[in-house]
Amino acid sequence: MSKLTFSIGGIHPADSKLARECKIEVLPLPSKMYVSMFQHLGAQAKPIVAVGDKVKTGQIIAEPGGFISAYVHSPASGTVKSIAPRKDLAGFNVMHIEIDVEGDEWAEGIDLSTELVTKIPEDREFILDRVKMNGVVGLGGATFPTHVKLNPPPGKTADCLILNGTECEPYLTSDFRILLERTDEIIVGAAIMQKVLGGCKCVIGIEENKPEAISAVRASLARLGYPGISVAVLRKRYPQGGEKQLIDAVMKRQVKSGGLPIDVGAVVQNVGTSLAVYEAVQKNKPLITNIMTFTGDVVPAERQRNYLFRIGMPLSFIAEQAGGVPEETVKLVSGGPMMGKAIAFLDAATVKGTSSILCLGEATRRHPETPCISCCRCADACPMGLEPFLLKKLHVAGDLAALEQNAVQDCIECGCCQYSCPAYVPLLDNIRIAKGQVMGVIRARNAKK
Amino acid sequence: MTETIIWTIAVLTALGLLLSLVLFWVARKFRVEEDPRIDDIEKTLPGANCGGCGFAGCRAFADAAVKAGNLDKNYCPVGGSEVMKKVAVILGCEIQETAPRVAVVRCSGSCANRPRINEYDGVKSCKVKAALYGGDTGCLFGCLGCGDCVAACQFGALAMNPETGLPEVDENKCTACGKCVAACPKRIIELRDKGPRGMRMFVSCTNKDKGPVARKACSAACIGCGICAKTCRHDAVTVTDNVAYIDYTKCKLCRECEAVCPTGAIHGVNFPKPLDKEAVKQRIAERKAKEAEKKEDGNE
Repeated sequence: MSKLTFSIGGIHPADSKLARECKIEVLPLPSKMYVSMFQHLGAQAKPIVAVGDKVKTGQIIAEPGGFISAYVHSPASGTVKSIAPRKDLAGFNVMHIEIDVEGDEWAEGIDLSTELVTKIPEDREFILDRVKMNGVVGLGGATFPTHVKLNPPPGKTADCLILNGTECEPYLTSDFRILLERTDEIIVGAAIMQKVLGGCKCVIGIEENKPEAISAVRASLARLGYPGISVAVLRKRYPQGGEKQLIDAVMKRQVKSGGLPIDVGAVVQNVGTSLAVYEAVQKNKPLITNIMTFTGDVVPAERQRNYLFRIGMPLSFIAEQAGGVPEETVKLVSGGPMMGKAIAFLDAATVKGTSSILCLGEATRRHPETPCISCCRCADACPMGLEPFLLKKLHVAGDLAALEQNAVQDCIECGCCQYSCPAYVPLLDNIRIAKGQVMGVIRARNAKK
Repeated sequence: MTETIIWTIAVLTALGLLLSLVLFWVARKFRVEEDPRIDDIEKTLPGANCGGCGFAGCRAFADAAVKAGNLDKNYCPVGGSEVMKKVAVILGCEIQETAPRVAVVRCSGSCANRPRINEYDGVKSCKVKAALYGGDTGCLFGCLGCGDCVAACQFGALAMNPETGLPEVDENKCTACGKCVAACPKRIIELRDKGPRGMRMFVSCTNKDKGPVARKACSAACIGCGICAKTCRHDAVTVTDNVAYIDYTKCKLCRECEAVCPTGAIHGVNFPKPLDKEAVKQRIAERKAKEAEKKEDGNE
């Protein structure tokens, strides 16, 4: 079978999976943790603890602030020191609960054994409730609350669950490591989500550059014997892990402009989310840990790490545990080098969606911008079929109506345009702002209706 | 040969006459009756078409003014009261005297006051920078220094000072059109009354963080201590969200707030003499002592 991939655009950045051989290590607890109230897409969570309260590991400390929102749990046991705004990694003020860590005493009802539980609960509502109460959100980057995604609106049914194990971003290896080390749990998680979605089929998409992961998953599938789960080997190409690209690659279906994956009968979940769903449903364990990679081109080979961290640990603590940020570092990025965010404030706390600390060197500095030479490489590279050079011009001109006509709201901010631009035009920087403005206009219009 | 020339002239003349008749008829038929005052007002206005008045341009301003018949909703910040008086004469209505205003940059976060904690190498635009992250200093509220306001100014009244990294307003050129106010994503620039002989007081900071946080980020930040508000005898200073604000309609330019401000966030400009802080502080102390004495007397 020929290898699958999406139909238009895309780029082939260097792989740079430097930490792929590093086993996941568990980090010790720091003395202080800061739990952000804004770790998911949607409304901010509302704290339900007060300053001075004693909390246990895994105890709910904040409840959802709206329909699209999630529960937040304490990552360690200790005392609530303060509830105040604090800077996140981009330097913006976000409400955080500060916890003075005193130990690691878990709340009651959480199964801490490592034994694999393969029997899937029968009751759909029970599963959804556990996913919701344990604060599971999508760990592929967008942190969309999983219980909402697993519960399609009436009239729409999913006929394929796609597990995203592509990890198409360079450098990142956290998904690869869990595919190797926690394979069985991911498969059980997939079977649970299959059950919730009404017994649809499930495809696990993995790029060809992870042969070990592919064989591990295949072996696990044969061992566990859940029906309707298969592996799709995908060609290596960025942004294969984009939701719409992955649906195109695996199912050969295209999501319309402004549409959702469920419109074409697809639900896409990251493999990390699958693991979180397993832990939430089978062990009643809330999402308070995640896997991240400490890597970068200036990090020596022996200092590359994959960590299991508690959500709320400061990034600086993790960097310290990894032996500090190398001196040659020019840029610190959290997330992949293509879509990640620059870290402006290293003392910021990790959130549910944190997937890496990247220490990048001199080679990643920006080149000075030169005039556009109209080569159209950006348009060729755009996986959404947009014309980035045009969108940038329209944004500079401030023409929101034309921007909307040219579907700026479809941009997935993958950065392929800027990556492929030989004139170093800051395309995405402009398009991102334009997208925000146009989305605002659309929302205002919809609200009027 | 001659015949051809004569024919050509005859045909063209006839054509010309015919078309002129058509044009005359069209001009008559589709004539738009317009108030001549609109033209007069437009000529009187500065013609910058900056939009500072809130209308699309000078013509739109004139149109709206004539339609309304008064100048209640029209004010040309560029022309100021002089132009407005002339416009009022054309319209034959009264105008309220409006004090001239000027754009004021409320940030003192120069390179010396506000250490840079990271290096920004993205697009040189405040709008983009503000959307991406909190900025290259510890202050979330201060000037980003990419010069969106300078680009927005049509009158060349704003310029970045390379030493401080902050924009500076040329008071003689500023027309208070408000373009820079709208261009600044951090809302630092404010239009304030120019004040008598240009003298005015303002708090050159918009940092809403709590005192210690603000001070850590910038040595010239307003820390919201409220000493200025306690000192002010005219009720002009208020502190909300940890930042002081001076109401320019109430300020009497006594400069006492400037003298007591511990961080130097309060600026007084265009005063003939530099401020003698100690003398003013002494004056305040004497006054306070007297007040205390009076109170005691009253109590007895």
